[in-house]
Amino acid sequence: MSAAEATALAVPAVRPAVRAEALPYASPYLAGVGLGLVLLAAFALVGRGLGASGAFSSVAAAGVSAVAPAHAAANPATAEYLGAGGPLRDWLVIEIAGVVLGGFASAWLAGRLGSAVERGPRVGAGARLAYAGGGGLVMGIGARLARGCTSGQALTGGALLSVGSWIFIATAFAAAYAAAPLFRREWT
Amino acid sequence: MIFPLIETETTAGGGAGLGVALVLGVAFGFALERAGLGSARKLVGQFYGRDLTVLKVMFSAIVTAALGLFWLSRLGLLDASRVYVPPTYLLPQAVGGAVFGIGLVAAGLCPGTSCVAAATGRRDGLAVVGGMLLGVLLFAEAFPLFAGFYDSTPRGTLTFPTLLHVSPAVATAALVAMALAAFAGAERLERHVNRGGGS
Repeated sequence: MSAAEATALAVPAVRPAVRAEALPYASPYLAGVGLGLVLLAAFALVGRGLGASGAFSSVAAAGVSAVAPAHAAANPATAEYLGAGGPLRDWLVIEIAGVVLGGFASAWLAGRLGSAVERGPRVGAGARLAYAGGGGLVMGIGARLARGCTSGQALTGGALLSVGSWIFIATAFAAAYAAAPLFRREWT
Repeated sequence: MIFPLIETETTAGGGAGLGVALVLGVAFGFALERAGLGSARKLVGQFYGRDLTVLKVMFSAIVTAALGLFWLSRLGLLDASRVYVPPTYLLPQAVGGAVFGIGLVAAGLCPGTSCVAAATGRRDGLAVVGGMLLGVLLFAEAFPLFAGFYDSTPRGTLTFPTLLHVSPAVATAALVAMALAAFAGAERLERHVNRGGGS
């Protein structure tokens, strides 16, 4: 199973064109099976799963190293992300560059590209951007503590039946449900 | 055994491994966008009961990959012992998951989907990307404070078949049963909420 075949499975017949209306989203089950085949291809081809937060750590580590190389090398939490070839030789950074390209291509084919700040009717764009940035910051800390995020722990570790990954899934969903009422005004 | 084709250790700096990373990443991003997970509004619907796309996509993917892994090893095509399993650290992963979950519902996007959202022109997606970078940077700079906790309760590579003394076949079958039950529950909940029974 090649990644290209996996992709084809999730792609309805679309022509790249300027569309008056965006295509509807794919069935979540079909998209999920496609995503699962991509994950399986990763296991079979390179013996590892997918990830996302590790790419952020590599980019941040490269940034710190560019400004203060000795400081970066002295910190084990930064040094472990400083590969020999720099961030552009890092597996997850390249994979995430692919995610950006693939997400862009899919949205373009479906007529879903466009500048926007997604939010509910009761919050301004500035407030939504603040929630997004703050939420991202908190997620970054959580992902570092858990050694991975929705991709590296939930998807990859979940499929590998890893106990720690399922603990991550359980506490992440429980906390998100518990906190959801606090952020309801962001969306409704 | 044919698979894995390339060993994990050699992918870090290997050109072939990086080519695979790019192709897999493109397919990964494509699938996330197709499902609608580049949209924060759609993604957070999971936590208000109106749109359980996250659960459906995630469990379909997990079950597909787990079944594929099981059958490829059963047929002697893949050496599952050479697939890297993230190590278990009980407390850091429980606490990290909870912190992550709070950030997730505020951000409306996870790290992977924030990249898709940003790539499709959503500026809130870009803000999540920026926040993530700052978060991992702050964690690394404050690491001496967390170092003891970060390495606490290590259990090494620990999977459910090992923990529960069951075969991979039983564990995979249980996973499939759990996913099917979750799908049925998700469909019922969505119908209930969107008929006006909830938010």
